Amino acid sequence: MLLVNIAGIALIALIVWWFWLYEATDVVLNDNDLVIVVENGTYQPAQVRLAADQATELHFLRKDSSPCSEMVLLPDLEISESLPIDRPKSIAIPPLKKGEYAFHCQMQMYRGVLKVE
Amino acid sequence: MSEPTTDLHLSQAAAHDLEKGFKRDTQELIIEGAGCASCVTKIEGAIKQVPGVTGAEMNFAQRTVSVSGDADRKALVKAIEKAGYNAKPIAAGSDNDAMEEKEKAEWAYYKRLMREMTIALLLGVPLMIYSIVGGEMTVTTNSERLVWLIVGLLTLGVMVFSGKHFYIGAWQSFKNHSANMDTLIALGTGTAWLYSMVVVFAPDIVPEMARHVYFEATAMIIGLIDLGLALELKARGRTSQAIKRLIGLQAKTARVVRDEKDVDIAIEQVLLNDIVRARPGEKIPVDGLVVEGHTAIDESMLTGEPMPIEKKEGDEVVAGTLNKTGSILFKATRVGKDTALAQIINMVKRAQNSKPPIGRLADVISGYFVPVVMIVAVVSALVWLNFGPDPAVAFAIVSATTVLIIACPCALGLATPMSVMVGVGKAAEAGVLIRNGEALQMASKITAMVLDKTGTITLGSPKVTDIVMNSADSEVTVLQMVASLESGSEHPLALAIVESAQERGLQPGKVANFNAIAGHGVEADYEGKRLLFGNEKLMRERNIECESLVETAQELATQAKTPMYFAVDDQLEAIIAVADPIKEDSIAAIKRLQHNGIRVIMLTGDNRATAKAVAEKVGITEYFAEVLPQDKTDKIVELQMQDEIVGMTGDGINDAPALAMANVGFAIGTGTDVAIESADITLMRGSLHGLADAIAVSRATLRNIKQNLFGAFIYNAAGVPVAAGVLYPFFGLLLSPVIAGAAMAFSSLTVVTNANRLRMFKAQEH
Repeated sequence: MLLVNIAGIALIALIVWWFWLYEATDVVLNDNDLVIVVENGTYQPAQVRLAADQATELHFLRKDSSPCSEMVLLPDLEISESLPIDRPKSIAIPPLKKGEYAFHCQMQMYRGVLKVE
Repeated sequence: MSEPTTDLHLSQAAAHDLEKGFKRDTQELIIEGAGCASCVTKIEGAIKQVPGVTGAEMNFAQRTVSVSGDADRKALVKAIEKAGYNAKPIAAGSDNDAMEEKEKAEWAYYKRLMREMTIALLLGVPLMIYSIVGGEMTVTTNSERLVWLIVGLLTLGVMVFSGKHFYIGAWQSFKNHSANMDTLIALGTGTAWLYSMVVVFAPDIVPEMARHVYFEATAMIIGLIDLGLALELKARGRTSQAIKRLIGLQAKTARVVRDEKDVDIAIEQVLLNDIVRARPGEKIPVDGLVVEGHTAIDESMLTGEPMPIEKKEGDEVVAGTLNKTGSILFKATRVGKDTALAQIINMVKRAQNSKPPIGRLADVISGYFVPVVMIVAVVSALVWLNFGPDPAVAFAIVSATTVLIIACPCALGLATPMSVMVGVGKAAEAGVLIRNGEALQMASKITAMVLDKTGTITLGSPKVTDIVMNSADSEVTVLQMVASLESGSEHPLALAIVESAQERGLQPGKVANFNAIAGHGVEADYEGKRLLFGNEKLMRERNIECESLVETAQELATQAKTPMYFAVDDQLEAIIAVADPIKEDSIAAIKRLQHNGIRVIMLTGDNRATAKAVAEKVGITEYFAEVLPQDKTDKIVELQMQDEIVGMTGDGINDAPALAMANVGFAIGTGTDVAIESADITLMRGSLHGLADAIAVSRATLRNIKQNLFGAFIYNAAGVPVAAGVLYPFFGLLLSPVIAGAAMAFSSLTVVTNANRLRMFKAQEH
């Protein structure tokens, strides 16, 4: 029983580490050529690094027909756009100050972040 | 800590998709400046020189060229410009096309979900009936092992066919260190199936009392959640009906006059300054100015104004409205994304997707929700294993599975956006454009409403009603002089006087040394005389004797007329009274606002007596008269200092600072000529009922959001502990995972259905 309890507590620790403490590597946006694929409940990549004070464009390609993936919102920038299926959608991002800007679907199940440096 | 670079690889693969998406097989361009048929060869020849072009065909009548191949669009435009013409690419797909495409994709997704649900329930329902009627769901003999192995494999088939999207989604999310609804379903059903397979393959490692299989739970949960998703998809479709209706107002084609012939062309191909023909019963395809003919146009679909509006030469027509009686020709002044309708659609879409502050707490919770539920499931399993009765393992598995399945992050996430979607759409149907979720929420809280008098409560088109003589001899001379003095002014009262003079056949003369005294009046030289026209205060400042007419002026003011004094060479000559009729429904609309507990206050630059008369007529007890334009914001601040949530209604242009200062600024306009970017909420028609409608619909929406959020919070806050088994020690109650699956599937459906109830909301109660 002790082993089971230890395993259970380890599992909880693993959940906390994997979902909250782990820091994933960012993908750097170069020459506006990066595409964020919306598929299977995720944005891929979900963390995108951008340069500060530079206008840029994000390209989203929605492959997921679930209606949850239809909208992408960038609440800090007051942007909300609907994504067509299997057709790329470009979203203009104005020059941003340093910081993190979340993007997500309406229900926050698909989540990503723009890291402006 | 380093993360594998799979994301980058994926995005490179996707870049290829993007490339494919941008370079379509056929591209359409509009050509400008092609005047003769020989241009066709020249343009086609120039295009064919561009790398990647496999063919080019020009339609001379429509001035369009269709290019095949995968050439770069910029290179095409450049080549055409080099040949001496201008070219513009035609935007790929209209809103109508996008909507159709979306509906098609959703229909395909719906059919897929229903198919998957059917297969899952075909296995799940018989198994569940078997367990309910007392069939043994345990493994005790070898023959039972074989039967359950076959059932287990069939369940695996259901998991792959009907639930594949949950498992792939969960895995993808897991790889990205995030978790969503898929994670919970995959974990819940996966745990139930794996445990059951362990019982089948190695019953000996499980206590005898716990050798129970849960294949029916796995199949039923997948089937029920697929069903819930399919029904939710249908219900969601209904929430966007308002925007669909607006998009449906756009005409698909336009009849344009080119080379003295009528040509039917796609709406995207209409160019600025094209001459467009609209016949009775046809939709106006783009915004424009009538150049020939007269007609009546039904603008109700955009403004909510029920009466058709007469249009003649020089009048504006708006895309999406309906030409009723006559045939007209009009010049296109705004096309494509610039038309008022396209801007309205854009604004409604944006507002529908914005969130009011009330939804922020749910957003924060959603961010942590799934991992927390996973932890609760583990804790619950440990508690059962440590303290539960026999068979503890089975209880632990059931409780963990049920916790994972019953938790519904979707209901929380959907609560706010679904209601906003319906509420903003409902408002748009009533001719009320709400800028964003914040404006929607604030409008529901308004406690005081400030109304500008001219153009808001009144029609804003004053008329001369009285001319009272003092020392002047003839009305005509007075009107001639005052009209000359006022002819350079833009003030509505000045326009009324000039119009009245013109009606009597008088032509305003030229004045010199014109001087406008802000908020008081005007002065100028005319035929060697010094003319002064303005209010009593101005006369007194200039020491002009006006006692003889003060009483008359007061009498006129009590009749809601504005008296203005006219002096020539410092001698009072006459009083001209101007009245601005009150809008027909202002009284009823103000009563509606007051009935809803809103303090209504009137602001006007007009004199005290006129303000009082108008206020009394419309049932307003609080008013501020003789307020200079720059002082309006001070009045708003004053009210805010009294802890009022202040709404300000004005015409959107002159009142911009006050609109910005108010908690919610309402721009009111007649027809579609209002600047829709200038306020938090735009009322498309002149009636103040729009104001009451806006507040009513925002209150109803906020109430709906609160119901949804409350329901979703309570559902999760109560459902998760019950699933974990907190009621078991007291009542011996432990939920079955199948019940949890049904509850979860229908919780988000309930949220969407409740939001849809808003569609029944009737804003106009008059």
